[in-house]
Amino acid sequence: MALRHRTFRPPTPRWLGLAPFFLFAFLFLILPTLTIVFGAFRGADGGATLQNILDLNTSTIRNAYWVSVRVSLWSALIGCTMGFGMAAAAILGGLPRGIRAPLLTFSGVASNFAGVPLAFAFIATIGPAGLITFWLRTEFGINLRAWGFNLFSTTGLILTYLFFQVPLMILIITPAIEGLRREWREAAATLGATGWQYWRMIALPILLPSFLGTFALLFANAFGAVATAFALAGPQLNIAPILLFSQIRGDVLGNPGLGYALALGMIVITGLANAIYLWLRARSERWLR
Amino acid sequence: MMRLLAWGAFLLGVPIFLLPLLGMTEFSLSMRRGVYSLDAYRSVLADPAFRETFLYSVVLALFTIVFGVLLVVPTAYWVRLRMPGLRPVVEFLTLLPLVIPAIVLVFGYIRLYNTSSFLPLTGSTTGTNILLMFGYATLALPYMYRAVDTGLRTIDVATLTEAAQSLGAGWATILARVILPNILVAVLSGAFLTFAIVMGEFTMAALLNRPAFGPYLQIVGANRAYEPAALAVIAFAITWACMGLIQLVTRLTPHMRTRP
Repeated sequence: MALRHRTFRPPTPRWLGLAPFFLFAFLFLILPTLTIVFGAFRGADGGATLQNILDLNTSTIRNAYWVSVRVSLWSALIGCTMGFGMAAAAILGGLPRGIRAPLLTFSGVASNFAGVPLAFAFIATIGPAGLITFWLRTEFGINLRAWGFNLFSTTGLILTYLFFQVPLMILIITPAIEGLRREWREAAATLGATGWQYWRMIALPILLPSFLGTFALLFANAFGAVATAFALAGPQLNIAPILLFSQIRGDVLGNPGLGYALALGMIVITGLANAIYLWLRARSERWLR
Repeated sequence: MMRLLAWGAFLLGVPIFLLPLLGMTEFSLSMRRGVYSLDAYRSVLADPAFRETFLYSVVLALFTIVFGVLLVVPTAYWVRLRMPGLRPVVEFLTLLPLVIPAIVLVFGYIRLYNTSSFLPLTGSTTGTNILLMFGYATLALPYMYRAVDTGLRTIDVATLTEAAQSLGAGWATILARVILPNILVAVLSGAFLTFAIVMGEFTMAALLNRPAFGPYLQIVGANRAYEPAALAVIAFAITWACMGLIQLVTRLTPHMRTRP
Protein backbone atom coordinates (compact mmCIF):
# COMPACT_ATOMS: atom_id res chain seq x y z
CA MET A 1 0.00 0.00 0.00
CA ALA A 2 2.67 2.41 1.07
CA LEU A 3 4.81 1.36 -1.84
CA ARG A 4 2.14 2.02 -4.49
CA HIS A 5 1.46 5.40 -2.98
CA ARG A 6 5.14 6.30 -3.31
CA THR A 7 5.40 5.45 -6.99
CA PHE A 8 2.71 7.95 -7.90
CA ARG A 9 4.46 10.85 -6.21
CA PRO A 10 6.48 13.05 -8.57
CA PRO A 11 10.18 12.39 -7.99
CA THR A 12 11.81 14.97 -5.76
CA PRO A 13 15.23 16.12 -6.96
CA ARG A 14 18.12 14.66 -4.96
CA TRP A 15 19.75 18.01 -4.23
CA LEU A 16 16.68 19.16 -2.32
CA GLY A 17 17.94 17.17 0.68
CA LEU A 18 20.95 19.46 0.93
CA ALA A 19 19.05 22.69 0.27
CA PRO A 20 18.65 23.68 3.96
CA PHE A 21 22.36 23.25 4.60
CA PHE A 22 23.42 25.22 1.55
CA LEU A 23 20.93 27.96 2.38
CA PHE A 24 22.31 28.18 5.92
CA ALA A 25 25.93 28.17 4.74
CA PHE A 26 25.11 30.83 2.16
CA LEU A 27 23.33 33.14 4.60
CA PHE A 28 25.65 32.80 7.60
CA LEU A 29 29.04 31.97 6.09
CA ILE A 30 29.34 32.97 2.44
CA LEU A 31 27.22 36.10 2.32
CA PRO A 32 28.71 37.74 5.47
CA THR A 33 32.20 37.08 4.15
CA LEU A 34 31.32 38.48 0.74
CA THR A 35 29.84 41.57 2.43
CA ILE A 36 33.22 42.18 4.05
CA VAL A 37 35.15 41.56 0.84
CA PHE A 38 32.98 43.85 -1.27
CA GLY A 39 32.80 46.45 1.48
CA ALA A 40 36.57 46.62 1.53
CA PHE A 41 36.58 47.68 -2.11
CA ARG A 42 33.73 50.17 -1.87
CA GLY A 43 34.28 53.86 -1.25
CA ALA A 44 32.12 56.23 0.80
CA ASP A 45 30.32 57.22 -2.41
CA GLY A 46 29.47 53.57 -3.19
CA GLY A 47 31.88 53.27 -6.12
CA ALA A 48 34.68 50.73 -6.45
CA THR A 49 37.99 51.80 -4.95
CA LEU A 50 41.30 50.51 -3.64
CA GLN A 51 41.60 53.42 -1.24
CA ASN A 52 40.46 51.42 1.83
CA ILE A 53 43.19 48.85 1.28
CA LEU A 54 45.78 51.58 0.76
CA ASP A 55 44.57 53.37 3.90
CA LEU A 56 45.53 50.31 5.96
CA ASN A 57 49.09 51.54 5.64
CA THR A 58 49.11 53.64 8.81
CA SER A 59 51.48 53.07 11.71
CA THR A 60 48.65 51.99 14.08
CA ILE A 61 47.19 49.40 11.73
CA ARG A 62 50.54 48.16 10.47
CA ASN A 63 51.64 47.78 14.07
CA ALA A 64 48.41 45.98 15.04
CA TYR A 65 48.85 43.39 12.27
CA TRP A 66 52.53 43.02 13.09
CA VAL A 67 51.96 42.42 16.81
CA SER A 68 49.19 39.93 15.94
CA VAL A 69 51.42 38.07 13.52
CA ARG A 70 54.27 38.00 16.05
CA VAL A 71 52.08 36.73 18.90
CA SER A 72 50.54 34.09 16.63
CA LEU A 73 53.89 32.96 15.21
CA TRP A 74 55.59 32.62 18.57
CA SER A 75 52.68 30.97 20.35
CA ALA A 76 52.31 28.56 17.42
CA LEU A 77 56.03 27.80 17.29
CA ILE A 78 56.43 27.22 21.03
CA GLY A 79 53.07 25.44 21.19
CA CYS A 80 54.06 23.07 18.37
CA THR A 81 57.46 22.31 19.86
CA MET A 82 56.21 21.70 23.39
CA GLY A 83 53.14 19.80 22.23
CA PHE A 84 55.26 17.60 19.99
CA GLY A 85 57.74 17.01 22.79
CA MET A 86 55.03 15.98 25.21
CA ALA A 87 53.16 13.78 22.71
CA ALA A 88 56.36 12.08 21.52
CA ALA A 89 57.47 11.56 25.12
CA ALA A 90 54.16 10.00 26.09
CA ILE A 91 53.94 7.70 23.04
CA LEU A 92 57.52 6.76 22.18
CA GLY A 93 59.58 7.80 25.17
CA GLY A 94 58.92 4.86 27.44
CA LEU A 95 56.67 6.76 29.82
CA PRO A 96 54.10 4.61 31.63
CA ARG A 97 51.23 3.79 29.27
CA GLY A 98 48.73 5.02 31.83
CA ILE A 99 49.85 8.58 31.20
CA ARG A 100 48.53 8.71 27.64
CA ALA A 101 44.77 8.67 28.17
CA PRO A 102 44.77 11.35 30.90
CA LEU A 103 47.05 13.50 28.74
CA LEU A 104 44.65 13.32 25.77
CA THR A 105 41.58 13.92 27.94
CA PHE A 106 43.22 16.88 29.58
CA SER A 107 44.29 18.22 26.19
CA GLY A 108 40.69 18.00 25.02
CA VAL A 109 39.59 20.09 27.97
CA ALA A 110 42.44 22.59 27.89
CA SER A 111 42.20 23.21 24.15
CA ASN A 112 38.57 24.21 24.71
CA PHE A 113 39.29 26.27 27.79
CA ALA A 114 40.00 29.57 26.06
CA GLY A 115 38.49 32.99 26.04
CA VAL A 116 37.78 35.16 29.07
CA PRO A 117 38.18 32.55 31.86
CA LEU A 118 41.64 31.61 30.58
CA ALA A 119 42.73 35.21 31.02
CA PHE A 120 41.39 35.14 34.59
CA ALA A 121 43.35 32.01 35.35
CA PHE A 122 46.60 33.59 34.19
CA ILE A 123 45.93 36.87 35.99
CA ALA A 124 45.39 34.89 39.20
CA THR A 125 48.64 33.01 38.57
CA ILE A 126 51.23 35.44 37.26
CA GLY A 127 49.37 38.72 37.14
CA PRO A 128 50.61 41.61 39.36
CA ALA A 129 48.99 40.00 42.43
CA GLY A 130 49.07 36.40 41.22
CA LEU A 131 50.06 33.28 43.08
CA ILE A 132 53.47 32.79 41.44
CA THR A 133 54.31 36.49 41.36
CA PHE A 134 53.62 36.68 45.08
CA TRP A 135 55.48 33.46 45.83
CA LEU A 136 58.59 34.50 43.90
CA ARG A 137 58.64 37.85 45.67
CA THR A 138 58.18 36.59 49.23
CA GLU A 139 60.25 33.41 48.98
CA PHE A 140 63.05 34.43 46.64
CA GLY A 141 62.87 38.20 46.53
CA ILE A 142 62.36 38.09 42.76
CA ASN A 143 60.23 40.91 41.47
CA LEU A 144 58.89 39.77 38.09
CA ARG A 145 57.97 43.29 37.14
CA ALA A 146 61.48 44.54 37.74
CA TRP A 147 62.72 41.70 35.53
CA GLY A 148 60.65 43.15 32.73
CA PHE A 149 57.84 40.62 32.78
CA ASN A 150 54.34 41.95 32.36
CA LEU A 151 51.38 39.64 31.78
CA PHE A 152 49.49 42.39 29.96
CA SER A 153 52.09 42.56 27.19
CA THR A 154 52.91 40.60 24.06
CA THR A 155 55.03 38.14 26.05
CA GLY A 156 52.19 37.60 28.51
CA LEU A 157 49.77 37.04 25.66
CA ILE A 158 52.05 34.42 24.07
CA LEU A 159 52.42 32.64 27.41
CA THR A 160 48.64 32.64 27.94
CA TYR A 161 47.92 31.34 24.44
CA LEU A 162 50.23 28.38 25.11
CA PHE A 163 47.58 27.00 27.45
CA PHE A 164 45.38 26.09 24.46
CA GLN A 165 48.05 25.89 21.75
CA VAL A 166 50.09 23.10 23.39
CA PRO A 167 47.11 20.76 23.98
CA LEU A 168 45.78 21.43 20.48
CA MET A 169 49.13 20.35 19.09
CA ILE A 170 49.07 17.21 21.27
CA LEU A 171 45.58 16.32 20.01
CA ILE A 172 46.46 16.75 16.35
CA ILE A 173 49.97 15.29 16.31
CA THR A 174 49.24 12.19 18.42
CA PRO A 175 47.58 10.24 15.57
CA ALA A 176 50.51 11.14 13.30
CA ILE A 177 53.09 9.91 15.81
CA GLU A 178 51.05 6.76 16.42
CA GLY A 179 51.03 6.25 12.63
CA LEU A 180 54.79 5.76 12.58
CA ARG A 181 55.10 2.03 11.93
CA ARG A 182 57.29 -0.15 14.04
CA GLU A 183 58.46 -1.85 10.80
CA TRP A 184 60.10 1.36 9.59
CA ARG A 185 62.14 1.58 12.72
CA GLU A 186 63.07 -2.10 12.53
CA ALA A 187 63.95 -1.83 8.84
CA ALA A 188 66.18 1.15 9.58
CA ALA A 189 67.83 -0.70 12.47
CA THR A 190 68.42 -3.76 10.27
CA LEU A 191 70.25 -1.53 7.79
CA GLY A 192 72.43 -0.27 10.62
CA ALA A 193 70.83 3.09 11.37
CA THR A 194 71.27 4.60 14.79
CA GLY A 195 68.31 6.00 16.70
CA TRP A 196 69.31 9.53 15.72
CA GLN A 197 69.60 8.55 12.03
CA TYR A 198 66.16 6.94 12.15
CA TRP A 199 64.70 10.15 13.51
CA ARG A 200 66.54 12.49 11.20
CA MET A 201 66.08 10.55 7.97
CA ILE A 202 62.78 8.71 8.43
CA ALA A 203 60.51 9.78 11.27
CA LEU A 204 60.95 13.54 11.10
CA PRO A 205 60.56 13.82 7.30
CA ILE A 206 57.33 11.81 7.58
CA LEU A 207 56.06 13.93 10.45
CA LEU A 208 57.19 17.23 8.97
CA PRO A 209 54.04 17.93 6.90
CA SER A 210 51.77 17.28 9.90
CA PHE A 211 54.06 19.37 12.03
CA LEU A 212 54.08 22.34 9.66
CA GLY A 213 50.39 21.93 8.92
CA THR A 214 49.47 22.04 12.59
CA PHE A 215 51.75 25.04 12.94
CA ALA A 216 49.66 26.87 10.33
CA LEU A 217 46.47 25.85 12.12
CA LEU A 218 47.74 27.07 15.49
CA PHE A 219 48.82 30.30 13.87
CA ALA A 220 45.32 30.95 12.51
CA ASN A 221 43.84 29.87 15.82
CA ALA A 222 45.81 32.51 17.73
CA PHE A 223 45.39 35.15 15.07
CA GLY A 224 41.60 35.20 15.22
CA ALA A 225 41.33 35.03 19.02
CA VAL A 226 39.76 38.10 20.63
CA ALA A 227 38.36 37.21 24.03
CA THR A 228 41.52 36.15 25.88
CA ALA A 229 43.47 39.21 24.78
CA PHE A 230 40.53 41.51 25.47
CA ALA A 231 40.03 40.18 29.01
CA LEU A 232 43.77 40.21 29.66
CA ALA A 233 44.81 43.62 28.46
CA GLY A 234 41.59 45.46 27.65
CA PRO A 235 40.57 47.31 24.49
CA GLN A 236 43.76 49.36 24.30
CA LEU A 237 45.98 46.39 23.39
CA ASN A 238 46.87 47.03 19.77
CA ILE A 239 46.41 43.73 17.93
CA ALA A 240 44.37 43.28 14.76
CA PRO A 241 41.31 41.47 16.22
CA ILE A 242 40.96 43.93 19.11
CA LEU A 243 41.31 46.89 16.76
CA LEU A 244 38.54 45.38 14.64
CA PHE A 245 36.45 44.81 17.78
CA SER A 246 36.73 48.50 18.74
CA GLN A 247 36.06 49.51 15.16
CA ILE A 248 32.81 47.50 15.04
CA ARG A 249 31.72 48.88 18.41
CA GLY A 250 32.47 52.52 17.80
CA ASP A 251 34.19 53.22 14.48
CA VAL A 252 37.46 54.21 16.21
CA LEU A 253 39.19 54.44 12.83
CA GLY A 254 36.66 57.06 11.73
CA ASN A 255 36.05 55.32 8.42
CA PRO A 256 33.65 52.37 7.96
CA GLY A 257 35.40 51.33 4.77
CA LEU A 258 38.63 50.91 6.68
CA GLY A 259 36.90 48.48 9.06
CA TYR A 260 36.03 46.25 6.09
CA ALA A 261 39.59 46.43 4.83
CA LEU A 262 40.93 45.51 8.29
CA ALA A 263 38.63 42.47 8.41
CA LEU A 264 39.59 41.50 4.85
CA GLY A 265 43.25 41.57 5.88
CA MET A 266 42.47 39.13 8.68
CA ILE A 267 40.59 36.79 6.33
CA VAL A 268 43.51 36.82 3.91
CA ILE A 269 46.04 35.97 6.64
CA THR A 270 44.03 33.20 8.32
CA GLY A 271 42.94 31.96 4.89
CA LEU A 272 46.55 31.63 3.77
CA ALA A 273 47.53 29.85 6.99
CA ASN A 274 44.68 27.38 6.55
CA ALA A 275 45.40 26.81 2.88
CA ILE A 276 48.93 25.81 3.89
CA TYR A 277 47.47 23.55 6.58
CA LEU A 278 45.12 21.75 4.18
CA TRP A 279 47.80 21.33 1.55
CA LEU A 280 50.31 19.91 4.01
CA ARG A 281 47.73 17.65 5.63
CA ALA A 282 46.86 16.17 2.27
CA ARG A 283 50.56 15.46 1.77
CA SER A 284 51.02 13.85 5.16
CA GLU A 285 47.99 11.61 4.76
CA ARG A 286 49.70 9.82 1.90
CA TRP A 287 52.03 8.24 4.45
CA LEU A 288 49.80 7.81 7.44
CA ARG A 289 47.05 5.43 6.48
CA MET B 1 68.85 8.22 28.35
CA MET B 2 65.88 8.23 25.99
CA ARG B 3 63.51 7.82 28.89
CA LEU B 4 65.17 10.65 30.78
CA LEU B 5 64.75 12.93 27.78
CA ALA B 6 61.10 11.92 27.49
CA TRP B 7 60.42 12.68 31.13
CA GLY B 8 62.18 16.00 30.69
CA ALA B 9 60.04 17.01 27.69
CA PHE B 10 56.91 15.86 29.45
CA LEU B 11 57.57 17.57 32.75
CA LEU B 12 58.53 20.79 30.99
CA GLY B 13 54.99 21.12 29.69
CA VAL B 14 53.14 20.13 32.84
CA PRO B 15 53.61 23.45 34.73
CA ILE B 16 51.98 25.38 31.87
CA PHE B 17 48.88 23.25 32.37
CA LEU B 18 48.80 22.92 36.11
CA LEU B 19 50.03 26.26 37.45
CA PRO B 20 47.20 28.40 36.01
CA LEU B 21 44.65 25.92 37.38
CA LEU B 22 46.35 26.00 40.75
CA GLY B 23 46.64 29.78 40.61
CA MET B 24 43.00 30.42 39.81
CA THR B 25 41.80 27.95 42.44
CA GLU B 26 44.02 29.41 45.14
CA PHE B 27 43.08 32.96 44.19
CA SER B 28 39.37 32.18 44.16
CA LEU B 29 39.62 30.95 47.74
CA SER B 30 41.59 33.92 49.08
CA MET B 31 38.91 36.60 49.21
CA ARG B 32 38.94 36.66 52.99
CA ARG B 33 42.28 37.84 54.25
CA GLY B 34 44.46 35.19 55.84
CA VAL B 35 42.19 32.15 55.51
CA TYR B 36 40.77 30.13 52.65
CA SER B 37 37.06 30.72 52.20
CA LEU B 38 34.33 30.32 49.62
CA ASP B 39 33.43 34.00 49.83
CA ALA B 40 34.22 34.69 46.17
CA TYR B 41 31.91 31.86 45.08
CA ARG B 42 29.20 33.08 47.44
CA SER B 43 29.53 36.56 46.00
CA VAL B 44 29.32 35.22 42.43
CA LEU B 45 26.31 33.00 43.10
CA ALA B 46 24.49 35.84 44.88
CA ASP B 47 24.88 38.10 41.85
CA PRO B 48 21.57 38.18 39.93
CA ALA B 49 23.46 39.06 36.74
CA PHE B 50 25.38 35.80 37.08
CA ARG B 51 22.21 33.75 37.21
CA GLU B 52 20.55 35.68 34.37
CA THR B 53 23.49 35.53 31.97
CA PHE B 54 24.25 31.91 32.86
CA LEU B 55 20.66 30.91 32.22
CA TYR B 56 20.60 32.92 29.00
CA SER B 57 23.67 31.10 27.69
CA VAL B 58 22.36 27.69 28.76
CA VAL B 59 19.06 28.25 26.93
CA LEU B 60 20.89 29.59 23.89
CA ALA B 61 23.22 26.58 23.94
CA LEU B 62 20.26 24.19 24.01
CA PHE B 63 18.59 25.94 21.07
CA THR B 64 21.89 25.92 19.19
CA ILE B 65 22.25 22.17 19.80
CA VAL B 66 18.72 21.41 18.60
CA PHE B 67 19.17 23.57 15.51
CA GLY B 68 22.63 22.13 14.85
CA VAL B 69 21.36 18.54 15.05
CA LEU B 70 18.40 19.31 12.78
CA LEU B 71 20.73 20.93 10.27
CA VAL B 72 23.71 18.57 10.36
CA VAL B 73 22.22 15.08 10.76
CA PRO B 74 20.01 15.16 7.62
CA THR B 75 22.81 16.83 5.65
CA ALA B 76 25.53 14.36 6.63
CA TYR B 77 23.09 11.47 6.11
CA TRP B 78 22.05 12.67 2.67
CA VAL B 79 25.66 13.25 1.59
CA ARG B 80 26.55 9.68 2.59
CA LEU B 81 23.47 8.10 1.05
CA ARG B 82 22.77 9.98 -2.15
CA MET B 83 25.27 12.74 -2.90
CA PRO B 84 28.78 11.47 -2.11
CA GLY B 85 30.03 13.59 -4.99
CA LEU B 86 29.23 16.74 -3.02
CA ARG B 87 31.16 15.57 0.04
CA PRO B 88 34.24 17.75 -0.63
CA VAL B 89 32.05 20.84 -1.05
CA VAL B 90 30.07 20.19 2.13
CA GLU B 91 33.21 19.39 4.11
CA PHE B 92 34.89 22.53 2.87
CA LEU B 93 31.91 24.63 3.95
CA THR B 94 31.86 23.03 7.40
CA LEU B 95 35.55 23.89 7.80
CA LEU B 96 35.11 27.56 6.87
CA PRO B 97 34.25 28.69 10.43
CA LEU B 98 37.76 27.62 11.44
CA VAL B 99 39.22 29.77 8.67
CA ILE B 100 37.17 32.94 9.03
CA PRO B 101 37.61 34.44 12.51
CA ALA B 102 34.38 34.73 14.51
CA ILE B 103 34.86 38.48 14.80
CA VAL B 104 34.85 38.84 11.02
CA LEU B 105 31.71 36.70 10.70
CA VAL B 106 29.79 38.72 13.26
CA PHE B 107 30.96 41.92 11.59
CA GLY B 108 29.39 40.61 8.40
CA TYR B 109 26.18 39.70 10.27
CA ILE B 110 25.88 43.19 11.75
CA ARG B 111 26.26 44.82 8.34
CA LEU B 112 24.14 42.26 6.52
CA TYR B 113 21.17 41.86 8.84
CA ASN B 114 20.70 45.42 10.09
CA THR B 115 17.33 47.15 10.25
CA SER B 116 17.41 48.32 6.64
CA SER B 117 18.32 44.95 5.10
CA PHE B 118 16.29 42.18 3.47
CA LEU B 119 16.37 40.19 6.72
CA PRO B 120 16.34 42.77 9.58
CA LEU B 121 17.33 40.33 12.35
CA THR B 122 19.14 42.89 14.51
CA GLY B 123 16.01 45.08 14.58
CA SER B 124 14.42 43.21 17.48
CA THR B 125 15.60 41.35 20.58
CA THR B 126 14.17 38.05 19.40
CA GLY B 127 15.71 38.56 15.99
CA THR B 128 19.13 39.25 17.52
CA ASN B 129 18.83 36.17 19.73
CA ILE B 130 18.06 34.09 16.65
CA LEU B 131 20.98 35.66 14.80
CA LEU B 132 23.29 34.84 17.72
CA MET B 133 22.03 31.26 17.70
CA PHE B 134 22.78 30.99 13.97
CA GLY B 135 26.21 32.43 14.69
CA TYR B 136 26.87 29.82 17.38
CA ALA B 137 25.56 27.07 15.12
CA THR B 138 28.11 28.29 12.57
CA LEU B 139 30.96 28.24 15.12
CA ALA B 140 30.00 24.72 16.22
CA LEU B 141 29.49 23.45 12.65
CA PRO B 142 33.01 22.02 12.14
CA TYR B 143 32.80 19.98 15.35
CA MET B 144 29.18 18.93 14.98
CA TYR B 145 29.59 17.83 11.37
CA ARG B 146 32.77 15.87 12.08
CA ALA B 147 31.16 14.13 15.07
CA VAL B 148 27.99 13.15 13.18
CA ASP B 149 29.90 12.07 10.07
CA THR B 150 32.16 9.85 12.19
CA GLY B 151 29.03 8.34 13.74
CA LEU B 152 27.49 7.65 10.33
CA ARG B 153 30.66 5.87 9.25
CA THR B 154 30.08 3.21 11.91
CA ILE B 155 26.64 2.20 10.59
CA ASP B 156 25.46 0.84 7.27
CA VAL B 157 23.39 3.80 6.13
CA ALA B 158 22.18 2.31 2.83
CA THR B 159 20.99 -1.00 4.29
CA LEU B 160 19.24 0.64 7.22
CA THR B 161 17.49 3.05 4.86
CA GLU B 162 16.32 0.31 2.49
CA ALA B 163 15.12 -1.82 5.39
CA ALA B 164 13.13 1.10 6.80
CA GLN B 165 11.76 1.99 3.37
CA SER B 166 10.62 -1.54 2.66
CA LEU B 167 8.66 -1.35 5.92
CA GLY B 168 6.98 1.81 4.64
CA ALA B 169 8.89 4.50 6.52
CA GLY B 170 9.17 8.02 5.12
CA TRP B 171 12.28 10.19 5.31
CA ALA B 172 11.35 11.86 8.59
CA THR B 173 10.71 8.48 10.24
CA ILE B 174 13.96 7.06 8.89
CA LEU B 175 15.98 9.97 10.22
CA ALA B 176 14.28 10.28 13.59
CA ARG B 177 13.70 6.61 14.44
CA VAL B 178 16.41 4.71 12.58
CA ILE B 179 19.41 6.91 11.87
CA LEU B 180 19.38 9.20 14.92
CA PRO B 181 19.21 6.45 17.57
CA ASN B 182 22.07 4.66 15.84
CA ILE B 183 24.39 7.67 15.93
CA LEU B 184 23.18 9.06 19.24
CA VAL B 185 26.62 8.85 20.85
CA ALA B 186 28.17 10.88 18.04
CA VAL B 187 25.36 13.43 18.18
CA LEU B 188 25.77 13.75 21.95
CA SER B 189 29.52 14.30 21.55
CA GLY B 190 28.82 17.11 19.13
CA ALA B 191 26.15 18.48 21.46
CA PHE B 192 28.40 18.64 24.53
CA LEU B 193 31.15 20.28 22.52
CA THR B 194 28.63 22.84 21.22
CA PHE B 195 27.54 23.47 24.79
CA ALA B 196 31.11 24.15 25.90
CA ILE B 197 31.70 26.50 22.96
CA VAL B 198 28.50 28.51 23.53
CA MET B 199 29.02 28.86 27.30
CA GLY B 200 32.42 30.43 26.86
CA GLU B 201 31.88 32.51 23.73
CA PHE B 202 32.50 36.23 24.10
CA THR B 203 33.01 38.03 20.78
CA MET B 204 29.71 37.41 19.02
CA ALA B 205 27.54 37.99 22.09
CA ALA B 206 29.42 41.18 23.00
CA LEU B 207 29.17 42.67 19.53
CA LEU B 208 25.50 41.74 19.17
CA ASN B 209 24.89 43.23 22.64
CA ARG B 210 23.29 40.13 24.11
CA PRO B 211 23.46 39.44 27.88
CA ALA B 212 25.36 36.16 27.58
CA PHE B 213 27.77 34.54 30.04
CA GLY B 214 30.94 35.48 28.10
CA PRO B 215 30.40 39.28 28.13
CA TYR B 216 29.32 39.03 31.79
CA LEU B 217 32.64 37.34 32.63
CA GLN B 218 34.53 40.13 30.90
CA ILE B 219 32.65 42.84 32.83
CA VAL B 220 33.27 41.13 36.18
CA GLY B 221 36.92 40.71 35.22
CA ALA B 222 37.29 44.42 34.61
CA ASN B 223 35.68 45.42 37.92
CA ARG B 224 36.37 42.76 40.57
CA ALA B 225 39.43 41.07 42.05
CA TYR B 226 38.53 37.61 43.40
CA GLU B 227 35.26 36.86 41.64
CA PRO B 228 36.91 36.39 38.21
CA ALA B 229 39.04 33.56 39.59
CA ALA B 230 35.95 31.88 41.01
CA LEU B 231 34.20 32.30 37.65
CA ALA B 232 37.23 30.83 35.88
CA VAL B 233 37.02 27.76 38.14
CA ILE B 234 33.30 27.45 37.34
CA ALA B 235 33.94 27.84 33.59
CA PHE B 236 36.71 25.25 33.74
CA ALA B 237 34.38 22.87 35.56
CA ILE B 238 31.77 23.31 32.79
CA THR B 239 34.34 22.57 30.07
CA TRP B 240 35.63 19.60 32.04
CA ALA B 241 32.09 18.27 32.55
CA CYS B 242 31.30 18.56 28.83
CA MET B 243 34.47 16.70 27.83
CA GLY B 244 33.94 14.13 30.58
CA LEU B 245 30.39 13.46 29.35
CA ILE B 246 31.71 12.96 25.80
CA GLN B 247 34.15 10.34 27.08
CA LEU B 248 31.45 8.75 29.18
CA VAL B 249 28.90 8.33 26.38
CA THR B 250 31.63 7.05 24.06
CA ARG B 251 32.78 4.50 26.61
CA LEU B 252 29.26 3.33 27.44
CA THR B 253 28.80 2.07 23.88
CA PRO B 254 31.96 0.12 23.07
CA HIS B 255 30.45 -1.54 20.00
CA MET B 256 30.38 1.82 18.22
CA ARG B 257 34.14 1.96 18.17
CA THR B 258 34.99 -1.57 17.10
CA ARG B 259 33.67 -1.17 13.57
CA PRO B 260 35.81 0.82 11.15
